[in-house]
Amino acid sequence: MIPVSSWGRLSAEAHAVVAIAERVDAERLIATAHPGLAHGMGRSYGDSCLNPGGTLWKTAQMSRLLAFDAATGRLTVEAGALLRDIQRLMIPRGWCLPVTPGTQIVTVGGAIANDVHGKNHHRHGAFGDHVLRLTLARTGGETILCGPDENAGWFAATVGGLGLTGVILEAELQLIRTPGPWLATETLPYADLDAFFALSDGSEAEWEHTVSWIDCVTGGGGRGIFMRGNPIDRGNHPEPPARERTMPLTPPVSAVNSLTLRAFNSAYFHLNRWQAGRAVAHYEPFFYPLDNLHEWNRMYGPKGFYQYQSVVPRAGGREAVQAMLTAIARSGNGSFLAVLKTFGDRQPVGMLSFPMPGVTLALDFPNRGATTHKLFETLDAIVREAGGRLYPAKDARMPRALFEAGYPRLSEFLTYRDPGISSGLSRRLMGT
Amino acid sequence: MDKKTSIVIVGATSAMAEHCARLWAANTAVDLTLIGRNAEKMERIATDLRVRSPASDIRQVVADFLDPAAIRSAIDAVAARGVIDMALIAHGSLPDQKACEADLALAREALEVNAVSPVLFAEAIAGHMARSEHGTLGIIGSVAGDRGRRSNYVYGAAKGLVTRYAQGLQHRFAGKGVKVVLIKPGPTETPMTASLGMKGLAPVEDVAKAIVAGMASGASVVYAPLKWALIMMIIRHLPRFVFNRMNI
Repeated sequence: MIPVSSWGRLSAEAHAVVAIAERVDAERLIATAHPGLAHGMGRSYGDSCLNPGGTLWKTAQMSRLLAFDAATGRLTVEAGALLRDIQRLMIPRGWCLPVTPGTQIVTVGGAIANDVHGKNHHRHGAFGDHVLRLTLARTGGETILCGPDENAGWFAATVGGLGLTGVILEAELQLIRTPGPWLATETLPYADLDAFFALSDGSEAEWEHTVSWIDCVTGGGGRGIFMRGNPIDRGNHPEPPARERTMPLTPPVSAVNSLTLRAFNSAYFHLNRWQAGRAVAHYEPFFYPLDNLHEWNRMYGPKGFYQYQSVVPRAGGREAVQAMLTAIARSGNGSFLAVLKTFGDRQPVGMLSFPMPGVTLALDFPNRGATTHKLFETLDAIVREAGGRLYPAKDARMPRALFEAGYPRLSEFLTYRDPGISSGLSRRLMGT
Repeated sequence: MDKKTSIVIVGATSAMAEHCARLWAANTAVDLTLIGRNAEKMERIATDLRVRSPASDIRQVVADFLDPAAIRSAIDAVAARGVIDMALIAHGSLPDQKACEADLALAREALEVNAVSPVLFAEAIAGHMARSEHGTLGIIGSVAGDRGRRSNYVYGAAKGLVTRYAQGLQHRFAGKGVKVVLIKPGPTETPMTASLGMKGLAPVEDVAKAIVAGMASGASVVYAPLKWALIMMIIRHLPRFVFNRMNI
């Protein structure tokens, strides 16, 4: 048994770790040591990728590419393949993943199990919208092939299913054409939420990627930086060398605290305001700004941190976001990596997929114990009132009632659970 | 068009070897021969490499790793196809030290797999490189071969043999156009070490990068990651009365 933490570093409980490095060994390995849980890169923030006291089946070494059709862009991979490796390999060949989240250091299996989304949700939906087929191994020995038109119930349960329906072993993905690794970008400061929504709505037709950083400290919160981008063709323009750094140590207290928060937010806002305007960016820093700072999660100190990501419908969405910002500013807690984005008007594939039409706000909070939880209770009430929900991949603490209210297809999902699989999150929110 | 670089990997199903192959095939088309024991695992690795590098030629050879005649004929067959530019000998298995102490058959197996077999492969390849006066031969040793320690001295002894062998080969080829690179990885995150819960394991991708860079430069000894050069220098020079008190 060895201690394992998720990305939020809130716990380090003992797990039995078993590597599934070879596809041919997978069914045999998952038949024993229950309850188990597939674990990729451990980039989920809370307990959805943990199984304290149980087994973790680590899939990151099972990362082979199985087939690629250069005419159709269909790529078949083992579940441990990293999005980063697919992007780096395929972009020079004119193809890319249609959807990637804010880090590319995640596995394909994890991207499916959390039905991750990116900056182009309004254009391409979530990751699961581009999965053509997947191979799901059940701990009882059954192997199920499923896709949008084949065993569609299993597919809808597994996409966004948090690894609880079985172990994803392989997936066939539909890539899309890309002109290369470059984007034409535009950075626009905005003064308040009305300006944000106007920019966001006005950008969706012309811009493939939109996202914004929001200052949730200054003046009650609401100003921010809106970023948008479109892929462009620059021929063989040389790519910048990767500059990788590692957070050298874990500070004894969170580097994000009441002394630094105001300064961080203010500096970030003004730095970007000065640099506002049009530019050309490489896709890696544009999409994955923190990937080159390894272990950035250590900056929150030894107690770790929470992410709080909600989505609320557009009707009443502006008011709900404003209410959350006001509550945060009033609480004295604060967030630095705060992201505000509108989702497109489309229903997700998975029964437990997070994205839905509306506006999503993602916030990070250093773990300050009771005071942080008190703030979360206030935010929960706003989300629930607005008819919204929280993102399980980011969650370590939501109340079961909020989960049940936010995910109306939960009871349907439960019929697809694998009895040999359990996670910290499933025990907390589903009872087993 | 230039001839593709011809690369041979012995023990091709090891995690380090697989990641080296990915790096070699990443940017250019190569002519790659994989030699391994398990045909099924090798097939999946070869398929992966073909997807990553459609312009490369990738071949698999299944061989017995302990039979000198089989080793000789496998390498002769590869060499008959053309001059070998690079070869990496990567196989090995981490034995349970306590089990080796109790069961001499296990100890013998560990010594054969980690010392005798790599040396026989290296010797077979070295013969062809000597004739062509060309090539880089990489052999994966281990930091464990630098000083015998109670926690794994059977493995350490095997890797120590590989170290001394590589040294001799470097002496033989000095000034002759053939480079011999001894790679000494520290504890690495592989399926072999996943369940041990050891702290500070190096990612296998990083170790592979160091191997590929070390073989490109032709350095005689490559510690991967580099910090192990310093750590092992200290361990090698610790006086016995200090060393004997350490539980390593």
